[in-house]
Amino acid sequence: MDLPVVLQLLDSSVRLAAPLLLACLAGLYSERAGIFDIGLEGKMLAAAFVAAATSAYTGSAWFGLLGGMAASILLALVHGLASITLRGNQLISGVAINFLASGMTALIGQSLFGLGGQTPQLDGPQRFGALTLPLAETLHGVPVLGPIWSDLVSGHNLLVYVAFLAVPATWWVLYRTRFGLRLRAVGENPAAVDTAGVSVVRLRYGAVVIAGVLCGIAGAYLSTAMSAGFIRDMTAGKGFIALAALIFAKWRPWPALFACLLFGLLEAVGIRYQGIRIGDFAVPVQLMQALPYVLTVVILAGFVGRAIPPRAGGRPYVKER
Amino acid sequence: MTPALPRWADLVLIPGLNLALAFLVAGLVVVFIGEDPIRAVRILIQGSLGSSYGIGFTLFYATTFVFTGLAVAIAFHASLFNIGGEGQAALGGVGATLVCLAVPWPHWALALPFAILGAGLLGGAWAFIPGYLQAKRGSHIVITTIMFNFIASALVVYLLNNVLKAPGMSLETRKFGEGTYLPFMHEMLGAIGIEMSRTPMNLTSILALAAAFLTWLLIWRTRLGYEIRAFGHSEPAAVYAGIDPVRITILVMVMSGAMAGLMALNVVMGYQHRLVLDFVGGAGFVGIAVALMGRSHPVGVILASILFGILYQGGAELAFEMPAITRDMIVVIQALVILFTGALENLVRLPVERVFARRARG
Repeated sequence: MDLPVVLQLLDSSVRLAAPLLLACLAGLYSERAGIFDIGLEGKMLAAAFVAAATSAYTGSAWFGLLGGMAASILLALVHGLASITLRGNQLISGVAINFLASGMTALIGQSLFGLGGQTPQLDGPQRFGALTLPLAETLHGVPVLGPIWSDLVSGHNLLVYVAFLAVPATWWVLYRTRFGLRLRAVGENPAAVDTAGVSVVRLRYGAVVIAGVLCGIAGAYLSTAMSAGFIRDMTAGKGFIALAALIFAKWRPWPALFACLLFGLLEAVGIRYQGIRIGDFAVPVQLMQALPYVLTVVILAGFVGRAIPPRAGGRPYVKER
Repeated sequence: MTPALPRWADLVLIPGLNLALAFLVAGLVVVFIGEDPIRAVRILIQGSLGSSYGIGFTLFYATTFVFTGLAVAIAFHASLFNIGGEGQAALGGVGATLVCLAVPWPHWALALPFAILGAGLLGGAWAFIPGYLQAKRGSHIVITTIMFNFIASALVVYLLNNVLKAPGMSLETRKFGEGTYLPFMHEMLGAIGIEMSRTPMNLTSILALAAAFLTWLLIWRTRLGYEIRAFGHSEPAAVYAGIDPVRITILVMVMSGAMAGLMALNVVMGYQHRLVLDFVGGAGFVGIAVALMGRSHPVGVILASILFGILYQGGAELAFEMPAITRDMIVVIQALVILFTGALENLVRLPVERVFARRARG
């Protein structure tokens, strides 16, 4: 393999990793605060649909992004109501949100546009276009580093950069701010946070809403940046791969980046090379597709380092009386 | 502590109110799309229960959901949330198919026990791994069963593409021999002189009732069932009482997976007579709604399955009569049922408990 091929492969890994990364960080905020979130998929899907629909009506990808975030936050609040206020089962709530998004987007999409659940094709300002970073043209001639800068780093749409900048931002929020300290504490020992006079409920709602915002961006990315419109069930399990990446990363931001890049690379390789051969053994495409899930199971089983979730995860907090 | 609710309130009032809320919201969705919800319900009922044709299809769907619903319910009794019904059912289909294709069966009655074994074995095996990993390695059952759904789907596509595929374009196996066809309900009823339209409803419906009865026996009338419920209620207490958590977790998951796998008898062996890609079609997930609605009791599961059968069959008619209401409406209703009877249960329960507490005092 020569440099251009490697760069193309990495380039598409980056594109494929961006939505995973956003959803993965969304899950990170929520789960670090002690709220399990298997509804990442549904929130992304709802956001993808509303973003594309809003963008189609208003002609602006920015309004689409706002609409997508609103839809995702709405579902996040339903999850918050169920799991924080009403102390319901967080997993069941997540399952419900996934189905709600899958059914509603197809139903409303058909009723609004009559295109079998799709939105119309988006183009021009209805989408987030590629950005050319400074010096991309001038540096192109420089060996190795030039193509890396101009082909791999430059030329993505805005939301890709948002996704990757969200990693250091999340690290900073989580480990360098008071909010982050409390967020992590509330996922480990909510009673201690409560004793310190900090509202567990408010912190957890905060985390859930942040997750909504990030899933909203991820959804908008899928339908208005990566593709040109919404197609039904377009998240196609990405929310669960993000969840897998979160476990893989043991609920930490920087490892989340590498987990998402790894899963993005797997997908990119799977798309580019339909038949990989190792010696005489032809690797089936399906194996490549199943690999993230298999890896997650292996990690979860603790065969390659143990993944220990936040201690208070999944348990509703009941104030002592 | 609030006083315990009367039994009828717990078993009828609260689920009833939750369900009413779910359907109220579903009705609002129909209004939002610009259709008449009352007319929609009428078409739904007419399409699903208005003829022996509709009833046959309704009960055919319901049969599938009884199996997947019981699967989730059994696991719920041990406080385990098995989201993997979809994958376990798919593997069950592979098991039933291998049995049906392996031998030129002379008669269905001979093939059936082996098909039950095959479907149950592979479905159970697919749940065994998550169960084992939860019990021995502490990996979360919900996450592993979700992952196993995806792995199962990739595995079945691989098998259909490379191992079991019949010549031709579509991804399916060759047709089974006629000696494996389970008798259809219209044939059985016809033999005793009752007329019924031709529908896919078959012998498996009776097996589903038997499965529900056996589940009831298991959970409430055996020592193992007692251990399962004790474990589900409080793991530390169960362990203190000498119940082995590893054994219970693994056993429950295997039984749950086997039950999900048995739905293949209805669809694969009873109707399609071949393994078709995506034959499960979300039935594993419907099982979650069914188990929640039926409060994990076999009778409740049967009733909830019939309701979802009505939604599936009536929904198909509805999509025909009112094109704006596509079959996705079923998924929406399924989501609302899971949301209101599962996650938002306390939305109704807390106020109801308060009302009863006030009445008890005053």
